[in-house]
Formats: sequence, structure tokens, C-alpha cells
Amino acid sequence: MALRQKLLFLCTASPSLESGVCSWANYDGTGVEHHTTGDSDTPPYASVLQAMQDGWRVLQVPQLLPPQPGYELSTSYMKFEYVLEKLEDV
Amino acid sequence: MVSCSKLLNTSQMANFVSDGLLVFNGLIPESINSEVMRELDDGKIQGRAAAAGQPLSDLWQQSHGIGAMMRMAEVQGIIESLVGPSPLYDHHAAHRVPPRHHEGQFWHVDAIIDVRTHFDIQIFYFPHDTPRVMGGTLFLPGSHLRRAHEFDISRHQNFRGQLPIVCPAGTVVVGHHGLWHCAQPNHTDSMRYMIKIRINPTVRQKLLWDTSDLHDPDVPNILSRNHGWYGEDDRLEICNRIKLWRFLVGDDKYDVNYWLTRIENQPS
Repeated sequence: MALRQKLLFLCTASPSLESGVCSWANYDGTGVEHHTTGDSDTPPYASVLQAMQDGWRVLQVPQLLPPQPGYELSTSYMKFEYVLEKLEDV
Repeated sequence: MVSCSKLLNTSQMANFVSDGLLVFNGLIPESINSEVMRELDDGKIQGRAAAAGQPLSDLWQQSHGIGAMMRMAEVQGIIESLVGPSPLYDHHAAHRVPPRHHEGQFWHVDAIIDVRTHFDIQIFYFPHDTPRVMGGTLFLPGSHLRRAHEFDISRHQNFRGQLPIVCPAGTVVVGHHGLWHCAQPNHTDSMRYMIKIRINPTVRQKLLWDTSDLHDPDVPNILSRNHGWYGEDDRLEICNRIKLWRFLVGDDKYDVNYWLTRIENQPS
């Protein structure tokens, strides 16, 4: 038996772990599940907190970075990306 | 010049500014679609670019397939409304997704980070029926004004509100150059085709469409659309659309719900 990591990326509507999920991606290091772009239209969890309650551990909490002067109205990449993991035996 | 009846109207332009794309289902007739398929099969539509920067009208002059499609008054009306008369050809690609190709392409923005207010358009032409099982292109409406470089967005897999193009033959999608998108898996036993053509303006993009309905009262609602996937950034997205609408209508005071006027108020 060996441990393998599953990663779940959840981008949320605000920094709150209780806010809604806007974007999601799964990367399964166990090799059991296969995920790709466009493979689901509804997020696996309603919030990061709900994912935690299902056993996902939070690896990364997004930092709050003020916009650069002059670019206060600009939008770019998703700001609030949480990285979660599960470890599973294979 | 294209007749007014073939130009886009103000509501369609506002939807383009809000969504970054317009979808015209089944716009191209079957006679042209089938000729395009023959040209693809015969290798008459090269997979990659001719010389960039030449007049778009120089391309495919003898073609009864892709050339006829591009010469259609409806297609000319879309192009002229968005980028104006005498546009330039940038490049094209005849995309093929082979049978039983189960991987989706990574999310990306074409070319490089490009934050001009002037914009290029890309025509996505689907010459045959494209059911979901065959993939189509997946778009993210409302993503076009974000500062993002090419495959920097490739870690994402799904977004709320993502739009798979599931369409009948002859469908044309016209998109802003900054639109986030990716090709989808093709789970069928048939090759899937999609032809993409990028087009540059040569004129100031201002009031190029049929402006007889310029003051359509629905425009503020359209520009205020919330696509959901950007969470609490919706007001920032609306501000950036207002800026683009100001550019398109030539009115630097245009506003929706006082968003920009408020923060531009600096009494002396």
C-alpha cells in the first residue's frame, strides 16, 4: 500500500470559505479518476467548508493582494483559489 | 458597405460587449457547409495561415465553400458591425479533433495578453452538426476583458456558466480576441472540424453597426449581466464593459447605474 494525493482546486466568490464555488478542478494522483475541461457543469461542493466536512484538507488559502495603483478596476485570474487534498491508499 | 438589414443591432452589440461572443445557430446553408467539408477533405483549406495582414477580401476568392461562407451578406454584416469595412486577415486554422479523443483542450486565450480597447474578432465556424458528445468549443462568457495570458488559465477545468457550443451545421460564433475557451473531447467515431478565422480592424471601432436603435433601453441591463463565475467581481466586470461601450458609442460620459461617474467625480 502507498499513499497518493488527490487535489481539488476550488475558486470561490469571495475569500470566505463559506462562499459559493465559481470554478473547480480535480487532479487524481491515485489514477482512478480522470478529469478534463468541461467534464461537469455543477461544482462538487457548494463551498470550501462543505468540502472540508467531506474530508478534504486545505493546503492553500488565497492571500489578499491589493491591486496595483492604476489597475483598481482591472480583472485577471481567479482571485480566491483554495487548494485541497485527500490522501488515499493505492 | 453591407446593407443595414444585415448589420448587427444595438442589442446584439451590447450582448457582445457583455458576453464577449455572439452565437448564430445554423446561419450558413447546407449547400455551403457541404462544400466546405469537401474543401477540408480535399486539402483545399490549408491547416494554417496565409500571410497575415492582407485584406481579408483577398482570401479564398475562388472558393465556393469557405470563400462563399465569408462572402455571405450575413457574415459580412457581422464582421463590418464589429471591426468595420476593409478588415485585415490575421490568421486562420482548420481545427480537427480526431475520433475517440477523450481529452479536453486546456482553457486558454488565443495569442498573447492583449488589453487594447480596439479588439480583433475570431469567427468560429462549425460546418457540420456538433452534438455534445462530439465536443464543440467550450466558451466562458464574460471572460474577454480579463488580463490573462494564453495558457496561464490552464489549471481550471470547469466554471459556473461555461458554454459548450452544441449546434447544428452552419453555426457561427463570433468572439472577442480575449475570450477564454477550449476545445472539447470528441467521443464519437467521426472527425470533428471547426474553422477559426481571426480578423483585425482598420478603422476606429465606433458606431459601425445599425444604430437606428442606439438608445435601446435594455442596453444597461445587458451590460449589467452577471455570469456568476467571477463571484464578487461582477461590478468590476460591469465597469470594464461600460468603458468598452463608451469607446464603441464615442461617449466618454456614458454610464450604467452611476458606477464610473461616481468614482470620476473629483470636484475642484
